[in-house]
Amino acid sequence: MDSNVDWKEFLLTWIIKISGYSAIVFVGLIFFFLLKEGLPTLTEVSLSNLFSDRWYPIEEYYGILPLISGSLVITIGATAIAVPLGIGTAVYISEIAPKWAREILKPLIELLGGLPSVVLGFLGILIFTPNLRVLLDLPTGLTALAGSIMLGFVALPTVVSVAEDALDTVPRSYREGAWALGATNWQTIWKVTLPAARSGVLTAVMLGVGRAIGETIIVMMVTGNAPVMATSISALFSPVRTMTASIAAEMGEVANDSVHYHTLFFIGMILFIITLIINITASAVVFRQQKRSEKALS
Amino acid sequence: MNQPWTRRLRALASDQDLIQKVGYTALTLVAVSVFIPIVLVLGYLVFKGVGVIDWEFLTAMPYDGMRKGGIMPAVVGTFYLTVGTAIFSVPIGIASAVYLSEYAKDNALTRLIRIAIINLSGIPSVVYGLFGLGLFVLFLNFGTSILSASLTLSIMTLPVIISTSEEAIRAVPQSFRTVSQSLGATKWQTIRRIVLPEATPGIITGVILGLERAAGETAPILFTGAAFFLPQLPGSVFDATMALPYHLFVISTQIPEMPFQIQYGTALVLVFFVLSMNLVATIIRSRARAKRQW
Repeated sequence: MDSNVDWKEFLLTWIIKISGYSAIVFVGLIFFFLLKEGLPTLTEVSLSNLFSDRWYPIEEYYGILPLISGSLVITIGATAIAVPLGIGTAVYISEIAPKWAREILKPLIELLGGLPSVVLGFLGILIFTPNLRVLLDLPTGLTALAGSIMLGFVALPTVVSVAEDALDTVPRSYREGAWALGATNWQTIWKVTLPAARSGVLTAVMLGVGRAIGETIIVMMVTGNAPVMATSISALFSPVRTMTASIAAEMGEVANDSVHYHTLFFIGMILFIITLIINITASAVVFRQQKRSEKALS
Repeated sequence: MNQPWTRRLRALASDQDLIQKVGYTALTLVAVSVFIPIVLVLGYLVFKGVGVIDWEFLTAMPYDGMRKGGIMPAVVGTFYLTVGTAIFSVPIGIASAVYLSEYAKDNALTRLIRIAIINLSGIPSVVYGLFGLGLFVLFLNFGTSILSASLTLSIMTLPVIISTSEEAIRAVPQSFRTVSQSLGATKWQTIRRIVLPEATPGIITGVILGLERAAGETAPILFTGAAFFLPQLPGSVFDATMALPYHLFVISTQIPEMPFQIQYGTALVLVFFVLSMNLVATIIRSRARAKRQW
């Protein structure tokens, strides 16, 4: 082999190695730029203003609490819908469904996951929220409830596919053991299979939450965008504004390097940190589970 | 007096067959309640939109405040953005997958890379938009442009491409590598001639699934490259562009008295665009599985 090949191989190996580290570099870069543009807020806006309940940037009120509460309300609502429906559907698909039902449901849910969120938001404005308004007799259908229901369906494919994977990895012998002891199918699902898959199911829930909290376009289109502090359950039936929607709606209109601009980046930084925590926790669960199963095998 | 009641209730609660029946019915209902809205939504969209789409709708410029005419610049723009995203994300994504499956040792650094990938896939799309604005549009001074938007989308697409490609590469049996290297091939020759060709269908599937997501996203391009309306097509990568998702957002929220037909037509074109990519990916995947000998 001539030295030309060696040289080429050396170069390619380096390119591959550098690309391998790219994910770390990009996460670092993203965090750096959020800090760089977001942290100046702390010197420009007093903490009592920043953590107040009034978001009205034109008059220099930069209270982010209503936006955080808006995100919280919608995420909790979406989780309340996506988790039971998602885990129920995953159990149905992996444990109960006849083959034909599985063959229809799985691609359909994948399809839902592939739909661009702007399309769902569009149908939300045109069909879902007007009907919701009439049905519940509200002044407007553009409410936290509308956002929660739609985001529930956005998070659903994530929850279903991760939870189903988790159920699939439960060894068949576990189920056979339960049946041999006289348990019904239902008892086996409930007392053996689901508990055995619980860390995967937990991951599914967390990734679903992450998906819901980060969704932007749908909430911007269907939740009415009023930056009002959510204090009671009735907040579900009124318009709210989330962190993501504020960034998307206002960033286009602010001057670069203005206080408002920095504050929107600050909100982005909070979102980044929230999703970072969710994802690291979720992956820690997965890693621990892997280690345990490796131990069980060896 | 109450005794028979509670006893009957207790008997019911311990009737395992009944419980199973109730449980199964409940889960079936859950599945149906997931199934029906999806089918209704898709069916309604096709029903309302399909009549609008014709050759002229796809190839004409919009006019009269976008209330008339076609959506050609948005279709072309989405095509540009998808290709631009592919140019950056495909080489980096595949190289990264090769690193993880062929080179990386099982150590702390590799775990850190994996955590970074999981995090990249979880970052909200609008935060990618902020990042793209900060780095590409302002710091590197690319402006609101196809280039900035493509770069932003390609970083967002990376985790999908890396993880699906890695899975495809890992699925190639270890014995293939051993045989190749025992015949005197170098590590790179083995990867280039043996591993990558075998893993190609899986990699292509991953790439398409990643690009599908990029094509449908609105938030990351909001402040990095999307234009409200342009009278002509973009001339270079430093121009902003119209794009289907943002166009749908604009005509369904920002323009009063927008005709519904155009909205439904645009939504359906976007769904077709994205789902046909999905379909191609699925076909490639199932064909490769059927053909596989190992």
